[in-house]
Amino acid sequence: MAPLFMSPHLNIHLLLLAALAPLVGAFLVGLWGTSLGGNVLGRRASHCLAILGVFVSFVLSAWTLWVVSTTGERYEETLYSWMQIGSLNMEVGFLIDGLSSLMMCVVTFVSLMVHIYTMGYMEEDEGYNRFFAYISLFTFAMLMLVMSNNLLQLFFGWEGVGLVSYLLIGFWFNKPSAVFANMKAFLVNRVGDFGFILGIGLIVAYTGSLNYTEIFAKSTELTALVLPGTHWSLLSVVCICLFVGAMGKSAQFPLHVWLPDSMEGPTPISALIHAATMVTAGIFMVSRLSPYFELSDTALNLVLVVGAITALFMGFLGIIQNDIKRVVAYSTLSQLGYMTVALGVSAYPIAIFHLMTHAFFKALLFLAAGSVIMGVHHNQDIRYMGGLKKYMPITWITSLVGSLALIGTPFFSGFYSKDSIIEAVFASDLPGSGFAKWAVMMGVFVTAFYSFRMYFLVFHGQERYHLLPHAEGDAHAHEEAHGETHKPHESPWVVTLPLVLLAIPSVFIGYLSIQGVLYSDLLSGAIMVISDHHPVMHELASEFESPMAMAMAAFTSLPFALALLGVLSAYYCYMVNPRVPQWFSQKLSLVVDVLEHKYYMDWFNEQVLARLTRGVGRFLWREGDQRVIDGYLVNGSWQAMAYVSSRIKPLQTGYLYHYALAMIVGVFLLMTWFVWIKP
Amino acid sequence: MNITLGHYLTLGAILFALSVTGIFLNRKNIIVILMAIELMLLAVNMNFVAFSHYLNDIQGQVFVFFILTVAAAESAIGLAILVLLFRNRSTIHVDELNTLKG
Repeated sequence: MAPLFMSPHLNIHLLLLAALAPLVGAFLVGLWGTSLGGNVLGRRASHCLAILGVFVSFVLSAWTLWVVSTTGERYEETLYSWMQIGSLNMEVGFLIDGLSSLMMCVVTFVSLMVHIYTMGYMEEDEGYNRFFAYISLFTFAMLMLVMSNNLLQLFFGWEGVGLVSYLLIGFWFNKPSAVFANMKAFLVNRVGDFGFILGIGLIVAYTGSLNYTEIFAKSTELTALVLPGTHWSLLSVVCICLFVGAMGKSAQFPLHVWLPDSMEGPTPISALIHAATMVTAGIFMVSRLSPYFELSDTALNLVLVVGAITALFMGFLGIIQNDIKRVVAYSTLSQLGYMTVALGVSAYPIAIFHLMTHAFFKALLFLAAGSVIMGVHHNQDIRYMGGLKKYMPITWITSLVGSLALIGTPFFSGFYSKDSIIEAVFASDLPGSGFAKWAVMMGVFVTAFYSFRMYFLVFHGQERYHLLPHAEGDAHAHEEAHGETHKPHESPWVVTLPLVLLAIPSVFIGYLSIQGVLYSDLLSGAIMVISDHHPVMHELASEFESPMAMAMAAFTSLPFALALLGVLSAYYCYMVNPRVPQWFSQKLSLVVDVLEHKYYMDWFNEQVLARLTRGVGRFLWREGDQRVIDGYLVNGSWQAMAYVSSRIKPLQTGYLYHYALAMIVGVFLLMTWFVWIKP
Repeated sequence: MNITLGHYLTLGAILFALSVTGIFLNRKNIIVILMAIELMLLAVNMNFVAFSHYLNDIQGQVFVFFILTVAAAESAIGLAILVLLFRNRSTIHVDELNTLKG
């Protein structure tokens, strides 16, 4: 292996190993660590295997990124031809450039952290080995998604991560709410995937290929085409279809409804799948297909507006949530909105940059939230926390780091990415950017407010954990059986170690990598920006001097003031004067009502869409299935046969001479035909 | 009077018509049906022999031998079936044998 590492060239063996190591781990643990293969592997063997697989993958990904960023190498090869239909090749292959190697690193690093964390978080769970099998499988699917060199493999990975997400949201399948939530995630993602597969189908129909390089080569040919039968530009339709897929996976308005409910799953997967990696697959896909999106201003505008709506309005919802995981979930939605806004203004590298920094600090926040949940004995309601600072010092300090990064404090990683997004929006001249400017600015305040509301309620102020109503007594009964007190406690080292390891990049990665990611050649090979039409990246690059200067300049800028204002108002509302939020909720009961019902999106989905769908289904069942198919076709055919045969049955008398007569008459008729009529 | 081919063919046709009528009119006995079928074959044989003679082709007469052999075998089998039928149903009355009815 050593010579392979030393050579500064990407080679197929190491890339394949990077992708397949987690799969092998998942396979072994999933088959022999569960009752499926007879529980041959114990817990220790299972987590060792799974972690080893992901660790190997992480090391190789880091090496890949190092090779790509230092030598600028680009690797593209088809490994295996799956099948050929006509002239369409379905293949498995790798495309390794700056974009995919960066994604590989982010995915495997967060995955590794989550694997380690899981050892502590799931310690008492019966499904320990099953959980490891799932998250390793997830890592494999995600790697296939980002390393792919064609749309089909992208779709395979896309559905693979969707499947594992479904399995993990419903991990505690005895809980009805979890089963409901995974069904919801599954259904909403079907809507998105339907758009995605339509987009892929259109590309295949018009370019005859699935391979990225080949379809990008033909992108300009498509600009002149329109969708047959309409006046719509074909390229816009393709991009909008693809973006609908991204909306489903990356939980953009109005397909965001599944993500908050996915918090029913265990916290480690909320960090890994529903914050850091899987939900960013949509952002990755749009960036990967940037040569198409660049050519359609219509699609970019849609992307921009949808992103802005998500960024702002999902942030509002974070303010009124009381479940610690749901606050972080709405924050994830809002940040995904920011990434989408960056895509909309053609600042794809910034979206990827924010994706990366967000992966670190949001995984950190989720894992910290999980640590808090463990510390207070599986209570998730932040109204019954408070004052945890002195009991859980490591969780406290890492949460603070995560929150500061999230709200965009200068020098923290989130600052560099988020501030770049805001600048990019202000530099854009797309028609939707007016609304987006307003939304991202408001979003800064809202983000700061809900983040620090949660932070203050959890770690500062009065200790309220003993006020928890004893309604949910099973956790307590369980703890009491162990003879423990109700006092919160710090989590074991396997939980705090990932927190610390994630806190480090949450602070420094932005400062260190902004130049490398945004303003160098790392991503320029993978992402196409037409500077003449969309000069945003170009302008930002010309203004950028150094990370230090950018941070210093930010202290006098509006976003910083808004973030500060958000933190201070959260401090005032929840630490100094708790009557203020009460006053607001009384005076603005209408607004609060709308927010508490999540803009009535769930109501709309359940009462209108679901009811409509069920109505259509019932109609098709009653009228189509029961009446036409069962009634007319299946039963009708035998009834018609029975009727006809009951009519002609009397002809069958059973007397031989009648049959003989029929034969004679038949012969006579045939002979008449042949002798007289036919000639 | 000169006997021509037409006479022979008319005789064959009459024999054939007789046997067909025999099948239809008979309501009593299944043996009569067998006899009528034999008569039909003889009518056919008559035609074969007549054609063979007038066309000077010996093949027609060879055919007649085959038909006679087959007819003998057929009536043997038919009578055997008839005996079995009588054992089972205790009747060979045609009007009562209608189990073929659907």
